[in-house]
Amino acid sequence: MQSIKDHPTAAAEFIANRDRVRWHDTAVWFARTKRDRAAHGVPEWETLRELASKIKLHTMSRLDEYLEQFEANATRLGAQVHWARDSAEHNAIVASIIQRHGATRVVKSKSMLTEECGLNPHLEQLGIEVTDTDLGEWIVQLLGQHPSHIVTPAIHIRKEEVGQLFHERLGTEAGATDPNYLAEAARQHLRAKFLAAEIGITGVNFAIAETGGFVVCTNEGNADLGVSLPKVHIACMGIEKIIPRAADLGVYLRLLARSATGQPITTYSSHFHGPRPGGELHIVLVDNKRSELLGSGDFRRSLNCIRCGACFNTCPVYRRSGGHSYGVTVGGPIGSIINAAREPHEHKTLPFACSLCGSCSDVCPVKIDLHQQLFISRRQLANFGLVPKSKQIGLKLAATIFARPWLYRIAGRLARLALRITPKAITYGRFNVWGRQRELPPPPRQTFRELYASRRAKK
Amino acid sequence: MRVGLFIPCYIDQFYPQVGIATVDVLEHFGVEIDFPTAQTCCGQPLANAGLHTETKPLAERFLTIFGEYDYVVSPSGSCVAMVRHHYEQILGHSPNLDAVAHKTFELCEFLTDVLKIEHLSGAFPHRVGLHQACHGLRELRMASDTELVGPAFNKPRQLLASLRGIELTELARPDECCGFGGLFAVTEEAVSCMMGRDRVLDHERAGTEVLTSTDMSCLMHLDGLIRREKKPIRVKHIAEIISAALASQN
Repeated sequence: MQSIKDHPTAAAEFIANRDRVRWHDTAVWFARTKRDRAAHGVPEWETLRELASKIKLHTMSRLDEYLEQFEANATRLGAQVHWARDSAEHNAIVASIIQRHGATRVVKSKSMLTEECGLNPHLEQLGIEVTDTDLGEWIVQLLGQHPSHIVTPAIHIRKEEVGQLFHERLGTEAGATDPNYLAEAARQHLRAKFLAAEIGITGVNFAIAETGGFVVCTNEGNADLGVSLPKVHIACMGIEKIIPRAADLGVYLRLLARSATGQPITTYSSHFHGPRPGGELHIVLVDNKRSELLGSGDFRRSLNCIRCGACFNTCPVYRRSGGHSYGVTVGGPIGSIINAAREPHEHKTLPFACSLCGSCSDVCPVKIDLHQQLFISRRQLANFGLVPKSKQIGLKLAATIFARPWLYRIAGRLARLALRITPKAITYGRFNVWGRQRELPPPPRQTFRELYASRRAKK
Repeated sequence: MRVGLFIPCYIDQFYPQVGIATVDVLEHFGVEIDFPTAQTCCGQPLANAGLHTETKPLAERFLTIFGEYDYVVSPSGSCVAMVRHHYEQILGHSPNLDAVAHKTFELCEFLTDVLKIEHLSGAFPHRVGLHQACHGLRELRMASDTELVGPAFNKPRQLLASLRGIELTELARPDECCGFGGLFAVTEEAVSCMMGRDRVLDHERAGTEVLTSTDMSCLMHLDGLIRREKKPIRVKHIAEIISAALASQN
């Protein structure tokens, strides 16, 4: 992971590039408008959201049972199920499967879970070549960057930059920006990777306890190609991706793509039930502090998440600060909650990278009360003493003043007097952060209570 | 019906005319109001910073001061949302809190939901842009937002639309956040100001002459940007518009 700057600093840097931030905000907002159109095309949308939320909450309340049911059914179908307590165990399990087959060339479709665990660097250290086959993920991989969005990982990269990258690395024409031309070049290059791959790794969108099967959704078909040619398929999933029955799948598949990109469904929704004849299927179940979130009470609902990215697209802060400003694999509203809950000290600015506008909660297809959880996250950080000292001191002083009406009246009068008499050079000096781009409100001579009292006295 | 007037701390100190306008509007409709002078602040800045322990005494004060009234009315969506939606997270559940929360209203929703006012008489012949403040919108549900799928409604807009001569401007992003967010305005200053600028730009392109909202905090932030950049948009709280319109009949 890149060095973690605090969010405000990283955001300010992103915004300083006016052209880029304006373009990024417009591009990501467009995804939000497509979601709106898709959602409004489904009259029972709010019912679907409610169902999706309830099914997940039910599942979380019996997570152990459903995971064991899934393992039993998947094993019955011929899959090998592995349990990984944390990212280190996950990486070790995946690496050992690959090494057992003497393989050195692996293709991987988009899996935020494998990003979270840092799988790629781990495998590369062992001399295993990993190619991310989702086009956005591959672009980011070629650039040596981390994804900035969980669904559209290269959303922060403009087509001119892709053209430049492909010219340098694939030999496409200099200055090319036509998406079809560039995508075709990528397709040809990745074809060779697919054909040479010895093992295919995918993520899991939904694992079904009742059947032991799982579903992988892509627009590019890269997951399918990636596991159709090699004999070994490794599927990595967070334990919260489980749903009880095949019948429940319809609810989620109707919500997922509409929320993510505004499509009714992704081009491919591939169902895997056991290995293909002559092949091997490994499923790696990963905890990595998910059971801590489950046990936390406050943040349990964040496990409903189906990683659709709708909260990213609607978040006015994400759109103007970019995914990298969060310094974590999964950022945005959901990531701010999860990461601050798991590692409060490292990510203490994330729940505050938020104006509490509540838009995220209203677009979340599984009705996670995101803005409420962000509010509660802040309480947790304060309880750990992780709110900046200056803020704490200022606010505690304010609390003391507000508890005493006479003191509040005096403080108010002094503040307004100070604003009236202090020279502008000082008022709008270095310490006034508000004053960098905004005027302060003009300070009135009389407060509302004074005006109201004299008005009543006149009557 | 006795109404306790809840005037947010920053309106009391910096925008007293909004409080006076609120009084004018309520008195116009014959409401008996009382302004308990012991009030200071609902505690929202502390709660939003995570200092829930320090917020508790302020929340308890609020319940004590306003408990006796039939209704509590405030010209601030975010302060009312604090009472109705967040006091429970601060104080825990109690019948006393329930009772006060259920009778605490923002001004526009008090007019439409309690006084059952659908049309206002009076003129306000200007091009008005309504900024939909987030707490009033997504917590108090004073209007439908663009995120949820359901029937459209908008209490503040409905009241404004009934004024003679008013022209309500249409925005490209009708309910995007202005970026004030309380201390966020200072701790994430770059993002906050870009968000605010984008709102102002939207209003400029829509032809807004008077920018209004149910929340003076949003307006303070937007007005700060407008005045720094010397743009010709005037900023008025919705209480000021309604009060001016009602007075125009005389």
